[in-house]
Amino acid sequence: MTTEVAVLGVGMHPWGKWGRSFVEYGAVAARAALADAGLEWRDIGAIVGADTVRGGYPGYVAGATFAKALGWQGARATSVYAACASGAQAVNTARAQILAGLADVVLVVGADAAPKGFFRPAGGDRPDDPDWLRFRVLGATNPAYFGLYARRRMAVHGDTPEDFAQVKVKNAALGALNPYARYRKPVTAEEVAASAVVADPLRLLDICATSDGGAALVLAGMEFARRHGAREPVRIRAVSTVTPRYPSTVLDLPDIATDSAAAVQPEGGTFRESIGRAAYEEAGIGPDDLSFAEVYDLSTALELQWYEDLGLCGRGEAVKLLREGSTALGGRIPVNVSGGLASFGEAVPAQAIAQVCELTWQLRGDAGDRQVAGARVGIAANQGLFGHGSAVVAMR
Amino acid sequence: MPRTRTPVVAGWFAGDGDDFRLLGTRCSGCASVFFPREDAHCRNPDCSGGVLEEVPLSRRGRVWSYTDSRYRPPSPYVTNPELPWEPYALIAVELEPERLVVLGQAVPGVTVADLMVGMEVEVVPGVLHEDAETIWTTWQWQPTGVTS
Repeated sequence: MTTEVAVLGVGMHPWGKWGRSFVEYGAVAARAALADAGLEWRDIGAIVGADTVRGGYPGYVAGATFAKALGWQGARATSVYAACASGAQAVNTARAQILAGLADVVLVVGADAAPKGFFRPAGGDRPDDPDWLRFRVLGATNPAYFGLYARRRMAVHGDTPEDFAQVKVKNAALGALNPYARYRKPVTAEEVAASAVVADPLRLLDICATSDGGAALVLAGMEFARRHGAREPVRIRAVSTVTPRYPSTVLDLPDIATDSAAAVQPEGGTFRESIGRAAYEEAGIGPDDLSFAEVYDLSTALELQWYEDLGLCGRGEAVKLLREGSTALGGRIPVNVSGGLASFGEAVPAQAIAQVCELTWQLRGDAGDRQVAGARVGIAANQGLFGHGSAVVAMR
Repeated sequence: MPRTRTPVVAGWFAGDGDDFRLLGTRCSGCASVFFPREDAHCRNPDCSGGVLEEVPLSRRGRVWSYTDSRYRPPSPYVTNPELPWEPYALIAVELEPERLVVLGQAVPGVTVADLMVGMEVEVVPGVLHEDAETIWTTWQWQPTGVTS
């Protein structure tokens, strides 16, 4: 029995700060994905929306919201939320419906309209909510956690702020080649060093912005794809949605403390390592089989952490991999050839879907100036708050 | 009328001066320790669930990592928008006996320039903010002067 699904179409609304509704971005992306697939909205049996918590009630019921915007046609609708991993949850839900025979072809849509400044928790006094508590008690913003991870890398592995800046330089150069990216200008190491410190040791240009954007996919069963004339479509081979394993010993957003490892020995590596490993196992591949990777560079230092967590290099070797050019376009394992979050900023529920759009363009050979030569296998990795990790493996 | 001193979160810390401690809970079944306190059920998936008893955490630990907040955090963090923003340091501290890492603010006046990973710090009582009726208390980390 096949466990693959075909990516028949991909579409995006450009990232930016457009000041319009997330519904509009999602609908634009959805129509683009349908056109790319050569299908009509009426052909779609099911729609899965990745929710946003910033769009009021329509954001919580994104599947129906996008279906209404496209015109009610009676499709099976699903809405999912998993913070930054929402897009991958939507992909996984669509895949499950296809593999279970509930639908032949499913439209996946995610979009967001982001506020200015720091993300903040939902309103009201909610002392049982760790996300509320970290702001109330510590004022610990997302960049504060990124700063902690970056400083830890400096102490343990000897990384420097100059190393971190090189991640931005690499990703900005690639983002300049991507028409859907929000920031399309090359950035120099000097510009990173001259930007304001936000959360020591990270500067403004080390940290991803929050953006508006929308992304969509048309996924189908392999049999439907063949009937539709897609002889060698890009295929999704794995979607990892694993939780951490107790005790989780790396301080994670939005927590104030880790689990204790006093009574139970931690096994199987960190949470982020397990996200990639589950994807590799499901796809029947290893890191050596990858042609490229899209990783969640919420900060420059976090991109380096992903190199190690995905097994692209050994522990502590991420800077070496970066500095020798292995993760640049033309290197052994290019990372974030889309430009990454550094060039997009984060549009939370759309971001993991946008990663799969990039996997698809690369695997089709349609990525233009940022094309990875001979791309055969790609991974997209992502981590949401509260233990929602995700990774998608696609191949052609 | 004198203002009352109220912990910013009930039950997370107690005591004065040298007796000040963070308070967690420990499962009588598997000895797992939890902070913030877990009072409903043990979260060890292999534990059928014991009694969760309050336990003070170690006073001292070592800096796992640190950072600071150069910009004013959003609400519900309470600040006076009429005063210029004063950055403060945040320290993640590894408690050796409990084998867990706890985040906290540094005592006022300690900046990231004063900190190093591995440095010893101890937990002390502190004030998060004050209003007309209440002094909101919290825990803070203070370097002991012992480096790694």
